[in-house]
Amino acid sequence: MSITLDNIELSHGSFTLSADFKIEEGHKIALLGPSGGGKSTLLSAIAGFKTPDEGRVLYNDTDITTMPPAERPIALLFQDHNLFPHLSVEKNIALGLHPNLRLSDAEREIVQDALRRVGLNNQGSKMPSELSGGQQQRVALARCLLRDRPVLCLDEPFAALGPALKHEMLDLVAEIVDGAKATLLMVTHQPEDAQYITDQTVLIAEGQAHAPADTAELLANPPIALARYLGT
Amino acid sequence: MAHSSQPIRPIHFILGGSAFALLLLLTLGTVIALWWRAEITSSLTPADWATIRFTITQALASAIISIAIAIPTARALARRNFRGRKFILTLMGAPFILPAIVAVLGILAVWGRSGYISELIANFGLGPLNIYGFGGVVLAHVFFNIPLATRLFVQGWSAIPVEHFRLAAQLGMETRDITRHLERPMLRAVAPGAFLLIFLLCISSFAVALALGGGPKATTIELAIYQAIRFDFDLTKASQLAMIQFALCAAIGAVTILIATPMHFAQGLDRKAERWDARETRYRVTDYTILTLVCLFLFLPLASILLRGIIPLFTLPSAVWWAALNSVIVATLSAGLSVCMSIAMSAFIIRIARKRKTVSNVMEVVGFLTLAASPFVIGTGLFVMTFPFISPFAIALPITALVNAAMSLPFSLRVILPAMTRAEDHYGRLADSLGMQTWDRFRFAIWPRLKRPVGFSAGLAAALSMGDLGVITLFAPPDMATLPLMMYRLMSSYQLSDAAGVALLLVTLSVALFWIFDQGGRLEHNVR
Amino acid sequence: MTKFITLAAGLTLAFATTAHAQDKPELTVYTYDSFVSDWGPGPSVEKAFEEICECDLKLVGAGDGAALLTRMQLEGARSEADVVLGLDTNLTVRAAATGLFAPYANRPATLDVPTDWTDETFLPYDWGYFAFVYDNTKLKNAPDSFEALIAMPNDFKIVIQDPRSSTPGLGLLLWVEEAYGERAPEIWAGLAPKILTVTKGWSEAYGMFTDGEADMVLSYTTSPAYHIIAEEDQSKSAASFKEGHYMQIEVAGKLAATDQPELADAFLDFMTSSAFQSIIPTTNWMYPAVFPTDGLPAGFEQLITPVDSLIIPADKAEQARDKALAEWLTALSR
Repeated sequence: MSITLDNIELSHGSFTLSADFKIEEGHKIALLGPSGGGKSTLLSAIAGFKTPDEGRVLYNDTDITTMPPAERPIALLFQDHNLFPHLSVEKNIALGLHPNLRLSDAEREIVQDALRRVGLNNQGSKMPSELSGGQQQRVALARCLLRDRPVLCLDEPFAALGPALKHEMLDLVAEIVDGAKATLLMVTHQPEDAQYITDQTVLIAEGQAHAPADTAELLANPPIALARYLGT
Repeated sequence: MAHSSQPIRPIHFILGGSAFALLLLLTLGTVIALWWRAEITSSLTPADWATIRFTITQALASAIISIAIAIPTARALARRNFRGRKFILTLMGAPFILPAIVAVLGILAVWGRSGYISELIANFGLGPLNIYGFGGVVLAHVFFNIPLATRLFVQGWSAIPVEHFRLAAQLGMETRDITRHLERPMLRAVAPGAFLLIFLLCISSFAVALALGGGPKATTIELAIYQAIRFDFDLTKASQLAMIQFALCAAIGAVTILIATPMHFAQGLDRKAERWDARETRYRVTDYTILTLVCLFLFLPLASILLRGIIPLFTLPSAVWWAALNSVIVATLSAGLSVCMSIAMSAFIIRIARKRKTVSNVMEVVGFLTLAASPFVIGTGLFVMTFPFISPFAIALPITALVNAAMSLPFSLRVILPAMTRAEDHYGRLADSLGMQTWDRFRFAIWPRLKRPVGFSAGLAAALSMGDLGVITLFAPPDMATLPLMMYRLMSSYQLSDAAGVALLLVTLSVALFWIFDQGGRLEHNVR
Repeated sequence: MTKFITLAAGLTLAFATTAHAQDKPELTVYTYDSFVSDWGPGPSVEKAFEEICECDLKLVGAGDGAALLTRMQLEGARSEADVVLGLDTNLTVRAAATGLFAPYANRPATLDVPTDWTDETFLPYDWGYFAFVYDNTKLKNAPDSFEALIAMPNDFKIVIQDPRSSTPGLGLLLWVEEAYGERAPEIWAGLAPKILTVTKGWSEAYGMFTDGEADMVLSYTTSPAYHIIAEEDQSKSAASFKEGHYMQIEVAGKLAATDQPELADAFLDFMTSSAFQSIIPTTNWMYPAVFPTDGLPAGFEQLITPVDSLIIPADKAEQARDKALAEWLTALSR
């Protein structure tokens, strides 16, 4: 599996972002850069919420530039609004199997299993508002688990959590990704998050998304654009 | 704003498109039908232009004054918490749906030559009040429209997140700072739409304007249309005047859309805002003074309707109850239709807006057209269109429900479109990523977020339909009557006291229907 | 949405089936709303006619009198109506000009209408005089002419109806025109300060009057009869004007395109019969076109009898109407 960004140009308001590189299977990749630099915009293009002005997005050798989000091989976690507040935890997860919520007994068991794996045993009948912020994101992760896509994209879903909780969540993500042999794309503006979980980093700054580089190496010897952002 | 990549699907074209087509058929279509059926050609006379000028002037004055009074009223309701607040808000729906004749008699019971005020000032040797004239017209229109404007502004205030007020209190903002930073931007977003609604409502006034205007000086376009059709059978002139009403609507609608700036507030949790700044006595006094005056202004005429109708209400002939049943059926049908049309149109507009903002703006203005449409032209036009093919009696019920639905569409669209836009903004991407399409998307992602506005607009549509006497007069079969029709029949048979009972029944049922729908929309929608 | 349409269609169907349940021939009569209402002549007329006709009489209310003609013009020859009942003499010429009506041959030799009736197409069924009605407990010396009305103090107020939307309103216009001719604009200018307001229809005006808003209201000389007979209330009187009073004669006509010509003729015959005519005074509150053999109901003898019956001949009504309306608008728009 691979995702190719073939000479794409993205505009959002007044800025433009260009990217031209390939993402290989099995990596955990951070999209790192300053706020407003276009990290989320790039992720939107990969996930199918935004069509690039120019260039193509390829999955393996298939052109998916205009493919609808749900048909892409991608599961996605947003910063917020990951759960419908009027549906129970169980139903929210079940949406990952069938958008019409008609489940067989076997499928219901799969939902329970996913709940167990994110550590929310027997919480299925609760409403999202009865859960803490971290628990809510676990529910969303459980849904990603069910969807079983080769690529998992995270758009800073843990930004609001404390450090300990965040590490806990990142561990859970790593476990899920490793178990499914999936590829992880994670937006973050914090180098320590990148360091904690990823092996590669795409630096996004000054209108350019650079090809993935080894995270440890990159942070040890930051290029000028990164150094400016890190303040070192 | 839209992140979503939802395409326009055939279902949006079919449902949204047919709602639009229906709307255009009812508005422009009926005008064209009249014009096509016309037997004589004529042109507008200087008297017609004087009529047009009067119509615009009174509508402008009425809209400006209604809004000027509604803003402080809504502010008082938004920042005070007292017992009866909800009751006032519910009862405020009542003046809006009163049939013209009931409203006129109610207003005169207070402001007339033998009204409460005249009797009061007679004790001081002051002579009876004379409100007939331009002032009377504006007074009546303000009576009709303050409640509507107030409700729109109260909604605007509750759209300002509580967190913002808390932040303002933390920063030590004074009331005038809050006005500047929080309230004024909200007003800029809400006021133009409210102005447009009221202006258009006043444009098509006729019986009220004439009765309180004191004579033919107060001739409105609607009366001229009525005269053209009924007195002269001059369908050409009727269609010309109707086109002028539409042109006015389009022009004012376009200006409003340009002036209105959308609100840029973060999403807050739906709670009643505590206003630390407004605890000062002087604000308390102004708020309660305004509320008292406005309530007296609105509720005294209603009280007179109650007093007049309460005794005959219990001895009404049985035919009245059948008419009431008919009215409730028509009102419920048209509420359902109105909401369905608004939802279909909103889904269509939202999807088009991503591609072509101008097209979606034009569609929004089309949603307002029925407000500027003359009920008389719609009725006559539909009659001309359908009569060659089907007996009017056979379609009386669906046609009445449909026209009433279209008449309330500007209101429901105004409430449902923003709610749907918000739901799409917040949950559209999630639904997209889960592959939720069309029906599942609507059922699980959008509908639960729409329930409240849908309940509110269904209630409004039902209440409006209850009080309407539009097309039913042309289509009603011999033994089918609605309540307003029944009331007019009673009056023209000298049964004034029974007619007062029917008026009270009408108001009560309308408010009750509004309340039921509105409450229905507030039921918890949790799927465990 | 489809759910609602199905529901609507179902309800309509249910309705339509109840309306056509019988096999008897059906006679459709278009009339004004207050005629068909439970308090109008409609129910009794229907019952009385169906006893003798072996048919189903369908009375359809189509708004007020002026709306009837518009309705016929819109429907044309395709109309379901066999008879139209409720036009008045201001409209008969225009109605005849549409060519939709057929002559009626069986006109009774004598009609108790205070004018010569020669119309071959339309047949009168009742008539009345326009008049100003007042409360005799509040107003002792009611004005006895338009000039006396003009001379009343300025806080004396009347409510009238707009001639463009109401039959009595138009009647008043023609009343002044017929009584004063060239002086009509002057009379209107004099009346202007006395006119509290002008309403769309009779109901609004009458309601305002009974609420005490105005001292007099434009109505009919027969209005007090309702209060005397139905409410045993003697306090309402009509002011008798020296100029005479303008008449309204209400007529019915048979449609040329009717599919029930005999039945339509039978209905018009019945219309001037005692059975129909005795219903009129206490339901339509007008004078019957043929007085019942046992006279008018008690109470009618208390009504004023105008010194002169004014009416503009039908063929001149249209022209007079347009001129009078222009004068009225000018005088009151000042």
